[in-house]
Amino acid sequence: MYVAVKGGEGAIDNAHRLLAHERRGDRAVPEISLAQISEQLSLGVDRVMVEGSLYDRELASLAIKQARGDLIEAIFLLRAFRATLPRFGNSEPVDTGAMQIRRRISSTFKDIPGGQILGPTFDYTHRLLDPALAEDSTPEAPATAEASSERMPRVTDILGRDGLIESSPAADAGAPVGDLTREPLSFPADRDLRLQNLARGDEGFLLSLAYSSQRGYGRNHPFAGEIRLGSVEVEFFAEDAGFAVPLGPITLTECQMVNQFKGSATEAPCFTRGYGLAFGHSERKAMSMALVDRALRARELDEEVAAPAQDEEFVMSHSDNVQATGFVEHLKLPHYVDFQSELGLLRKLRQEFGAADDAALQEAAE
Amino acid sequence: MAIMTTTETLQRRRRNAMAVLARSDAAAIAERLAAIATPSCADLRQPENGLVMVRGRIGGDGAAFNLGEATVSRAAVRLASGEVGFGYALGRDLDKARAIALCDAMLQSADHVELVEHQVLAPLRARIEANITSQAEQTAATKVDFYTLVRGEG
Repeated sequence: MYVAVKGGEGAIDNAHRLLAHERRGDRAVPEISLAQISEQLSLGVDRVMVEGSLYDRELASLAIKQARGDLIEAIFLLRAFRATLPRFGNSEPVDTGAMQIRRRISSTFKDIPGGQILGPTFDYTHRLLDPALAEDSTPEAPATAEASSERMPRVTDILGRDGLIESSPAADAGAPVGDLTREPLSFPADRDLRLQNLARGDEGFLLSLAYSSQRGYGRNHPFAGEIRLGSVEVEFFAEDAGFAVPLGPITLTECQMVNQFKGSATEAPCFTRGYGLAFGHSERKAMSMALVDRALRARELDEEVAAPAQDEEFVMSHSDNVQATGFVEHLKLPHYVDFQSELGLLRKLRQEFGAADDAALQEAAE
Repeated sequence: MAIMTTTETLQRRRRNAMAVLARSDAAAIAERLAAIATPSCADLRQPENGLVMVRGRIGGDGAAFNLGEATVSRAAVRLASGEVGFGYALGRDLDKARAIALCDAMLQSADHVELVEHQVLAPLRARIEANITSQAEQTAATKVDFYTLVRGEG
């Protein structure tokens, strides 16, 4: 039981004033702007949007500034802000096949229609600190080449044509789409709810689970069938206008994992798949999500559920870093009454133990 | 049938216009609108901010799931001549939503449609297309041809 405490208002006010002072840092150093955060710490902004589950670069940048760069605190701020706005409705499902591609790679096929496009990536860098960035620097203008109008089908679509990979679960127009922001989690959870949970889940937690599945805790033999980054148009059916209105583009990262086969007496073996989708340029997140999505399909694919990454209740109940940090960090709040009762109990137990000991000594002496 | 076709054409025109406007800065739209004579209009819906739940599809092409929300601003205006326009855009810029609604209403008015198409939408569209092309060219320069090496004596 948590018993509230009162008082300390003055100290709390002063602590927050001190926090604002510390946030600003050395006042001789220019203050950072939201545009600087959004433009130059863009992957941090993306992560806050993904796990804050709110696409708004400016708000995510503000949250990062306010949280002094503590991304989980920033995610918390964004989630709290989100709760203040009404929801107009749901978008039409975005079409990642029609993505304006900025990066698109496959580790399964060398020659994919549309080609392998590296885009802006840390891959193949040497991970050596660059002292040039310690000073003001102006990078070279990007190289250009003639843009191709070749279509870029998803790699899974290509495999699907030959029946080599399972198809995605078909859309059932009548079926409601699960929404864990509206209804509390219950288990077993369908794949739509699992993907929503993973999409807003903590990147570090999902990364570790994904890694554990690769190391043998629920192994499922993955290949990165395709990773694509780019922008897609969001459309919203506006009842007042009477048609689906374009809202503008958002940047997404999509990962299609291709995993080892399943088959049965009636079905020829084919590759299975795991899916990851995330706001912004969030490759590690999308890959981890796809690996964990596949691991969580163990029950559906008649695999033994033996590892943490395959246990949906374990994964979904612990993936949310706002919930996790809330419960871990609430331990900082005063628990004086709780602790007093524990202390009282302990003293009583020790007294009884002492009395029993005395009695035993007495007995031994006699 | 002819009416149907006209409705469809107008709806396509409005959707195309909204796509251009939603991708443009509020300042750029305002600048173009300031250069033309805009009719007087009244707010039918006060500009407001809210959320839209963005949906994806399982596997990219399967059943829908909820990915996460996005901020959206919206507005609705009515011209003195009666046309009603709607404005929707990602973000929280109320002026932008209202400007889009005004353009949408003007597109439905024979008196204003040409002006909006040529003076507002055409230059904004040109700017967007230039940006897309420039980005596509930068992206194209990073296209690779991996080749596989056979190890050992084969």
